[in-house]
Amino acid sequence: MDILTAIAVMALGALLLGAALGYAAIRFKVEGNPVTDKINAILPQTQCGQCGFPGCKPYAEAIASGAAEINLCTPGGDEGARKLAELLGRDYVPLACEVETEKKRVVAVIVEDRCIGCTLCIQACPVDAIVGAARQMHTVVESLCTGCELCLKPCPVECIDLRALPETPETWRWPEIRRPGIEDRRQCVEEMAAC
Amino acid sequence: MLRTLFPFPGGVKPEPHKEASAKAPIASAPLPERLVLPLRQSAGVAPLPVVRVGDRVKKGQVIAAAEQWVSASLHAPTSGKVADIGHYPLAHPSGLAAPAIVIEADGRDEWRERQPLDWQKLAPQAVRQYLQQSGVVGLGGAVFPSHVKLDANAQIEELIINGAECEPYITCDDRLMRECAAEIVSGAALLRDLTGARQTLFAIENNKPEAIRALRGAISEQHEDFIVITLPTRYPAGSLRQLVYALTGKHAPFNVLPTALGVQCFNVATVQSVWRAVAHGEPVVRRVVTVSGNVRAPKNWEAPIGMSMDALLQLSEPLSDTDGLIVGGPMMGLSLPLTDAPITKGSNCLIARSPRLFPPRPPESPCIRCTACAQACPQGLQPFELYWWSRARDFAKAADYALAECVECGCCAYVCPASIPLVHYFRFAKGELAAAAREQKMADSARSRFEFRQFRAEREKAEKAEKLAKAAAAQAAKQAETATTPLATTQDATMKSDPDHA
Ligand code: SF4
Ligand code: SF4
Ligand code: SF4
Ligand code: SF4
Repeated sequence: MDILTAIAVMALGALLLGAALGYAAIRFKVEGNPVTDKINAILPQTQCGQCGFPGCKPYAEAIASGAAEINLCTPGGDEGARKLAELLGRDYVPLACEVETEKKRVVAVIVEDRCIGCTLCIQACPVDAIVGAARQMHTVVESLCTGCELCLKPCPVECIDLRALPETPETWRWPEIRRPGIEDRRQCVEEMAAC
Repeated sequence: MLRTLFPFPGGVKPEPHKEASAKAPIASAPLPERLVLPLRQSAGVAPLPVVRVGDRVKKGQVIAAAEQWVSASLHAPTSGKVADIGHYPLAHPSGLAAPAIVIEADGRDEWRERQPLDWQKLAPQAVRQYLQQSGVVGLGGAVFPSHVKLDANAQIEELIINGAECEPYITCDDRLMRECAAEIVSGAALLRDLTGARQTLFAIENNKPEAIRALRGAISEQHEDFIVITLPTRYPAGSLRQLVYALTGKHAPFNVLPTALGVQCFNVATVQSVWRAVAHGEPVVRRVVTVSGNVRAPKNWEAPIGMSMDALLQLSEPLSDTDGLIVGGPMMGLSLPLTDAPITKGSNCLIARSPRLFPPRPPESPCIRCTACAQACPQGLQPFELYWWSRARDFAKAADYALAECVECGCCAYVCPASIPLVHYFRFAKGELAAAAREQKMADSARSRFEFRQFRAEREKAEKAEKLAKAAAAQAAKQAETATTPLATTQDATMKSDPDHA
C-alpha cells in the first residue's frame, strides 16, 4: 500500500516534469511559416521597434496575417516597402511620413572610460553586438551593430553615443543624375513630412 | 598570322589621338620631394603599414605588408623618411581621402639590397608569394594582384599577353613594348612556366606596327614559340572579355573568370614588372604614365608611385585653358578637377582637359529607342533597357537585363544620339545594387544573431522552468514521504532495494 503511494508520488512527479517540458516545447516552438520568413528576410533586422512591433519578426508575422500595412518600417525605407509589395503582390504604399531618403549607417559607440560594466546594454542589444563582462569595460563591435539605439536608454551613466560612419571610397556610390521628376518626388515627400 | 579571330559584337572606332604621345621615348620623371602612397593600390584587401612616422626607408623597402592572399605589398619608391601616416585624397570621383603613407625623399634614391630570384629552383607557390611581396598587380588598370592569377591547378591552355591598348590617347604600353620587348618576352616565358600554359599569345592592335616588330624580334631572339596576333583596331579590343573571345572564341560571363575557361591574361606592363621583380629584385615602385591631351609636350613618363598628378602634368606643360584631368582613357577614365592626388599602380594615363578638346556634353534628351547603343555594345546588352530601369530606380529589373555584364566601356554613350550619359546611370545602378547586397548581408547576419539570442533566452527560460518543476516535484515527494514515514518504517529496507529489482 505504502509502496503504491510512493510509486504514485514518483509517477506524479514524472508526469509534472513531462508536462512542463512538453508545454515548453510547444510554447517556445520556433515557427516555420514560409511567408513570414520571406517577409522577415526583407526587413532590415534592426529590431528597433519603430514599426510599433517588438521586433522585425513580430512585424513580419503581422504583415503575413494582414494585420499590418507594409509601409511601417523606417530603417527599411522606400526600397523595403517596394520589395514587400512585390513579394506579396500588394500595391506599393509609400512610407508613412519619411523625410530622409538617404540612409546613413550609424553605430553605437561606448565611451569606454565612463563605462561602469553594468552589462545592461548587453541585455538590451537584440543582435549581440556588445561584448563585455560584469564590472569590465564594454565595447560595441562596429561591424555587428545595426544602430537601433536600444542600448542607449538602459545605460545608467549615459556613456553610449550614436556615431555616423564616415563614407569611404569603398562605400561611396555614384550619385543619381538629378532630373525634374526625381526632384519633384523628393520635394513632395518633404512636404508630406512637414504636415 | 594564320589564325582565325572571333570578332566580338559591337564596338566603336573613336579618334585614336595616339601619335602625339607615342613619338617620344619614355622619359624619366624627376624625383619629387614628397610621395603620397595610398595603402589601397590594388583590388582586394589593402596591406597594413609596417613602418612608423620618422622611420628611415630605402628605395624598394616594404612599407605596408600584405596580410591576406588577395592583397599585395607596398614599397617605398625612393629612399627617405616616413613623414606621415594618415588620410589623403585619392584620384576618385568622390574626392574622399583614404589611408596613405607619406615619404619625404632624401634625394639619394638609394636602393635596399636587390637580389634576383632563382625562380627555376623554387616551387611555384614560393614564386607566387614572392610576387605578392614584390607588389606586382595588374598595371593595365584593373590592378588585380597578379600572384592570385597564377594558380598552377587552373589548367591554363592559353596565356594571353595583352598589348592591345585600345583606348584613345593612351600609349604607355605601346612605348613599353617598343623599348622593353626583351623583358616582356622573358616575363611571358616565366608566366608560361608558372601557369603551365600550352600556348602564349600576344595581342596587339594593328595601329602599333613598331611594337609588333619589336616583340616579334625579341621572341625570335629568345627562341620562344609565342605568337603575336594583330587585332583590327576597334575599341574595346583590349577589354578582358572581348580579348579572350576574339582570340579563343571562349565567352566568359561576368561571374566566371577566364581562368575557369583555361585562359589567363596579363597586361604587357604587368609582365615586365613580373620580370623586373624576379630577375632584378625590384618591386613595383614606378610605372609608365601617358600624359597627353591639352599639353605642349605629350609624352610617356616613368614616374614613381605616389607622385602628385599635378606635378606630373606640369612636366608635360599643360596649356593655359586646361580645366581638368581625365585619369585613364577618355572612354572609361574618370573626369576629375585638377588634382594633386597621387599616381597609383593603376594610373596609366592623364589627359589634360580643355573645353576645346572635350566640349561639354549637350544636355540629355529623351531616348528615341534607335537601338544604336545596343548595336555598339560589345557585351550584347540592351543599354536603353538598362538605362530605363536604372533611371526608374527599378534596380532589380536592371539586374534582370544583365546589368552585371556591363563592363562600363562607354561604347553605348559614345554613339547615343540623345547624348544620354548611359554609363553614369549604370554606375549609379550598380552602386545601389552593391549597397543593397551589403545591407542584405548585414541584415541576414543580424537576423541569425537575433534568432540565436532568442533561442538562448528561451532555452534559459526552459531550463529554469525545468529546474523549478524538478524542485517542485522533489518538494512534493518529500512531503509525501514525510506524510507516510510513520507507517513505512518496516518497508524502508524493501524500498531502498527497489531500484535494483526494477
Ligand atoms: S521598424 Fe523595421 S527594423 Fe525596426 S523592428 Fe520594426 S521591422 Fe525591425
Ligand atoms: S549596440 Fe546598441 S545600437 Fe548597436 S545593435 Fe546593439 S543595441 Fe542596437
Ligand atoms: S542610343 Fe541613346 S537614344 Fe538610341 S536607343 Fe540607345 S539610349 Fe536610346
Ligand atoms: S557601357 Fe555597358 S552597356 Fe554600354 S556598351 Fe559598354 S558594356 Fe554595353
